[in-house]
Amino acid sequence: MNSSEPHEEPAVVVEGLKNVFGSHVVHDGLDLVVRRGEILGVVGGSGTGKSVLLRSIIGLQPPTEGHIEVLGAEVSEERDPDEIDVRSRWGVLFQGGALFSTLTVAENIEVPLREFHPEIGDELRREIALYKIKLAGLPEDAADKYPSELSGGMRKRAGLARALALDPELLFLDEPTAGLDPIGAAAFDELTRELQDTLGHTVFLITHDLDTLYEICDRVAVLADKRVIAVGTIPELLALDHPWIQEYFNGPRGRAAQSAQRRAKAKAMDKNRKAGA
Amino acid sequence: MPMREWADFIAETGADGAISIALSGPLCVSSVGRIDDRLRAIEGQVEAIDLSKVDDFDTVGAWIVVRLSEERGAKITGGSEEAMRLIAAVRGQDTDENPDGETSADALSDEDRAWPNRTVQKLGGFVTGYLDGMTKLVGFLGALIIAMGSLITHPRRFRIVALVRQIELSGVGALPIVGLMSFLIGIVIAQQGAVQLRQFGAEIYTVNLTGRLSMRELGILMTAIMFAGRSGSSFAAQIGTMKLTEEIDAMRTIGVSPMEALVVPRIVAALLIMPLLGFYAAVLSIIGGAFISMFALDIPFFTFLIRIREVVPLHDIWVGLIKAPLFGLIIALAGCYQGMQVQGNSEEVGLRTTIAVVQGIFAVIVLDAFFAVFFTEVGWG
Repeated sequence: MNSSEPHEEPAVVVEGLKNVFGSHVVHDGLDLVVRRGEILGVVGGSGTGKSVLLRSIIGLQPPTEGHIEVLGAEVSEERDPDEIDVRSRWGVLFQGGALFSTLTVAENIEVPLREFHPEIGDELRREIALYKIKLAGLPEDAADKYPSELSGGMRKRAGLARALALDPELLFLDEPTAGLDPIGAAAFDELTRELQDTLGHTVFLITHDLDTLYEICDRVAVLADKRVIAVGTIPELLALDHPWIQEYFNGPRGRAAQSAQRRAKAKAMDKNRKAGA
Repeated sequence: MPMREWADFIAETGADGAISIALSGPLCVSSVGRIDDRLRAIEGQVEAIDLSKVDDFDTVGAWIVVRLSEERGAKITGGSEEAMRLIAAVRGQDTDENPDGETSADALSDEDRAWPNRTVQKLGGFVTGYLDGMTKLVGFLGALIIAMGSLITHPRRFRIVALVRQIELSGVGALPIVGLMSFLIGIVIAQQGAVQLRQFGAEIYTVNLTGRLSMRELGILMTAIMFAGRSGSSFAAQIGTMKLTEEIDAMRTIGVSPMEALVVPRIVAALLIMPLLGFYAAVLSIIGGAFISMFALDIPFFTFLIRIREVVPLHDIWVGLIKAPLFGLIIALAGCYQGMQVQGNSEEVGLRTTIAVVQGIFAVIVLDAFFAVFFTEVGWG
């Protein structure tokens, strides 16, 4: 499930996307393909429309022009009650978590279950919610707390638990590690990777965090000049001679993240070697 | 605490008329306030600025020195190394303020700032904003009708829990305050009415006045105003805050329609509770009138109530009950619509909440005036 076979239909296809706000053109002729089973990181300077791209893909921002297909279906406002909606096959983690503030964490996770699978009984629904809370790495007693009683990091985990409620095939994360301390951010990255390994879903994540890019992303898409200028693994991107990409990955922070990853890899190899001997 | 020291300067005019300024004392944000105007007031060419007596220096001091030297072409002398570094930093900042040479979109040119232009711009902005608002309102109504329609065809999707919750919050929760308010208004009408009617010996008509006015007009109107203040505002603020925290976006991505989950329950609740609250208010207002009449008119409490049955025609009750759901609808619509329009920041929530309440009350009073004439014309006078 984890391996992305080339003939499989892609998770997300964006073709010729154009977004215009008033006289401000955010995207023009943007193309992007997210393959099944990969973790795709989207980077770009502030104001290059990363969030707008995400909102367009998940149907919150009707594009001015262009075609967007998610999991083989077009996203529209209406819901056909006889069809399994594409919304039930994805999960979205918003930047601030966007938990429903009047509901407890467990109730938040129950919302998508209730919405798409009303046939599930109360007891099972509660059990599923509790399991997802554990899956997202939250303590059990967080279930009956309200979002306002949680810390920023816990709120993100709760948002992730809600995004995972329906075992989605596709997970959208909007700056998952923004505002977390380095330890929390690293733990969240690890969680994202582990979940992807076990559950096999596709991840589309917007980030500014170079560590996240190096640690967990299979490919990285770079947004600049109103479109995606390059998609590829970080070495592939580094081979390109684009000034912004070079500055982004080879700046002081980029180099630090790079060496951190190298150290981590060496450590892991060391461990393997010891285990082998 | 040490005494606060102020910056000072001595301006000397040389033989050739050139001025040299010798600054002294600390040149910091806390000490330059008094000399700035005096420095600006110096007229003519400044030849040199001497900083050798300056003992403390920060960016505000540097800014003043840089400004002086650039405007008047003065040379800076005698500054310490630290001071010169600050001056260089301030100067550097000054020159690459706009690296691209672009002005930001919000920056107004001098021509734009002139008041005739600004007035026309504001007027234009108001007109386009108004038209835009109208289009959005029609769009909102359309979305609401679609949501209502789809709920009628799929009644299982109707959120009964949310409806009950709204009825509790906006209806049951309003009983004490609406009751007290109506009781007091009944007292005012009856007491003031009695004083005026007594002048021509018609104080018995106080009963008619209180009963008919309460049932037809005041009960429902005052309830509507209270409803706008209590619930219309909270609809706008709640929904607006949910927009800011992306909760509404999250709902959409989960497949929950915000129209169905947030707007419809509130509007249905308003439709259901307004007639009940309005009637309750009218009854309490009559009780208030009966209460004060015991003292002001010596009419026994129950006699007053029995007289009410004789003098208030049934159609007065209908007039009140027909208006009630309409008023509720308008107020709830204004609240929900304004809430959904919130964008950007928390100031907007406050602004939209105010608009919701003002629009709601205004529309209700306009409609009430229309109904007053209408019902009289159709013979329910």
